[in-house]
Amino acid sequence: MNHIAPGARAGIYHYDEIDRQFVAERVEQFRKQVERRLSGELTEEEFKPVRLMNGLYLQLHAYMVRIAVPYGVMSATQLRKLAEIGRKYDRGYGHFTTRQNLQYNWIKLEDTPAILHELAEVDMHALQTSGNCVRNVTTDPFVGAAKDEVVDGRVYAEILRQWTTMHPEFTYLPRKFKIAISGAESDRAAVRIHDVGLLARRNDKGEAGFSFYVGGGLGRSPFVGKLVREWVAEEDFVAYLEAILRVYNQYGRRDNIYKARIKILVHELGLEKFTQEVEEEFARLRGPKYRLDPEIVEGVRQHFAPPPLEELPDHSEALERAKASDPAFANWLEVNVAEHKAPGYAIATVSLKPAGGIPGDATCDQMDLVADLAERHSFGELRVTHVQNLVLAHVKKDELYDLWKRLDAAGLGSANAGLIGDIIACPGLDYCALANARAIPLAQAISARFADPVRQRTIGELGIKISGCINACGHHHVGAIGILGVDKKGTEYYQITVGGDPTLTTEIGDILGPAVTETEAVDAIEAIVDVYLANRTGEGERFIDTLRRVGHAPFKERIYAAD
Amino acid sequence: MSAKDRSKEGSMKAITANRLRDGEVVFLGKDGVWVESFAEAALFQRSEADAVLADAKAKAEREQFGVDIYAFEVVDEDGVPVPATMRERIRTAGPTVRLDLGKQAA
Repeated sequence: MNHIAPGARAGIYHYDEIDRQFVAERVEQFRKQVERRLSGELTEEEFKPVRLMNGLYLQLHAYMVRIAVPYGVMSATQLRKLAEIGRKYDRGYGHFTTRQNLQYNWIKLEDTPAILHELAEVDMHALQTSGNCVRNVTTDPFVGAAKDEVVDGRVYAEILRQWTTMHPEFTYLPRKFKIAISGAESDRAAVRIHDVGLLARRNDKGEAGFSFYVGGGLGRSPFVGKLVREWVAEEDFVAYLEAILRVYNQYGRRDNIYKARIKILVHELGLEKFTQEVEEEFARLRGPKYRLDPEIVEGVRQHFAPPPLEELPDHSEALERAKASDPAFANWLEVNVAEHKAPGYAIATVSLKPAGGIPGDATCDQMDLVADLAERHSFGELRVTHVQNLVLAHVKKDELYDLWKRLDAAGLGSANAGLIGDIIACPGLDYCALANARAIPLAQAISARFADPVRQRTIGELGIKISGCINACGHHHVGAIGILGVDKKGTEYYQITVGGDPTLTTEIGDILGPAVTETEAVDAIEAIVDVYLANRTGEGERFIDTLRRVGHAPFKERIYAAD
Repeated sequence: MSAKDRSKEGSMKAITANRLRDGEVVFLGKDGVWVESFAEAALFQRSEADAVLADAKAKAEREQFGVDIYAFEVVDEDGVPVPATMRERIRTAGPTVRLDLGKQAA
């Protein structure tokens, strides 16, 4: 294989020979499996589970392949390869997902072995992006840079990647299994809506440990993850997770796909009984074999050593001048740029949500540009966020204006991170074989309605999340305003929920009233916003806070008054 | 009247699949030949569609041609046969949000 792996980039896990050989072998296995399918040696029934284990789905228009971006972190080299594949084998674009991955929508089965081979050249693959296994572990997109970070989640996410890949007990779970890790005071990884959510912390001695939340999830039956153990020491990290997965493997339902996720098991067994089972299994497992050796942790940590940041003054005169001279940049700075732990640096969110655009889509030219900008401004690495944006995590404040101008010229300079235009939307019925209704057109209409950046700033923090079916890939349950597309006798309708919250104060939103048509939905969202603005105590009171204070009644009254 | 209501009244059926090697949406045309354009799809009475579908599935599997083969409702709109549901309309044309992609772009 012509290996052109990322090299010595800061913040990127470098494959060793074992990783590399394993991925290469899987590519060759799949190449033969595809050949056998095309020749008729394998039936579709035999082939389907195999292709799903390699991230290959059949969607409405073509095959879709989902590429793993482990914990959402990749190098500029890897992003360039994704752009190259998008041009060569797809239609010149890709779609970043809520699992911090990337998917192509127009793939040919006969091309997939070549695609996987090319991915392997840059240490990438499509493993654990489908099927009933442990999926790509997600983490804070500001990891390694955030001012409020306590523990680096990448280290433990990478340990889990190595632990779970090809683990025989985790290959045929009752259902898919999603894990998220957050190591900061603010939860930017939505940990409590995951099968297992991990909050990494430090004790009084400065040692790393984890709070385990289990049984969260969205979909048909949404649940908020429950605290199963407040403190699991680092050395028991793997053992405790294995204990949870063993209990799930033993008791999780395989007879009913709608009741197969661990959230249903936790709910049906009850937290006390579930915890007791896990603790008993943990007591059996605990010992040398499952002890996470500090040397292993340190070895992985070395891969994520901080980039060579310069010692800079925190104040940037160049930044202040640019801010004063360009109001659009000043607005972007306020909205899309977060504090870095190192003086003189900042974290920049690259919005993939232009007004009227398709959330999460990026053209291959845009991918190449972001790769170039990551090289130039952020040590050659970048992150994908679970809200379908990109992040350059280590940008000098002096260089932010130059960065933004280049982004803006390519349609990537929208100032809407966390605002009403920063909508999560699943591919919906425009692409997805499971969807009941389209999600993207509604997202486009809403972001176009609220395109004015001043109006967005006035409204403040407000997450809209849209799913095209009850599987909830668009996270609608935890949207401050959530929208679920439903099919009513062949016509698309949209059910609106309010009050969802994906952060540590996790809440599942409540249905506001009967579903509305697509046209009515945009007006209804605007009406909800108007009611909020009329009722809030001031600019400091977020939508979610006003809703909690005044209840649903004023919102319902406004939307359904005419009914 | 909704699309599904319309479909119940004397509707026809077409048979569709995704082509195995590339996933392209195809329709069963005249003489059992698979075609890429819905305009060339054969339409079947509801009463005969099940038998035609069973034959098409067996043949497609035998020849490693298509996957996910099923029949869908077609209704008459101003003298033109169109898929009854939004899902099938999108499959026959392409994504409504990218008119430059899919069959509609041809």
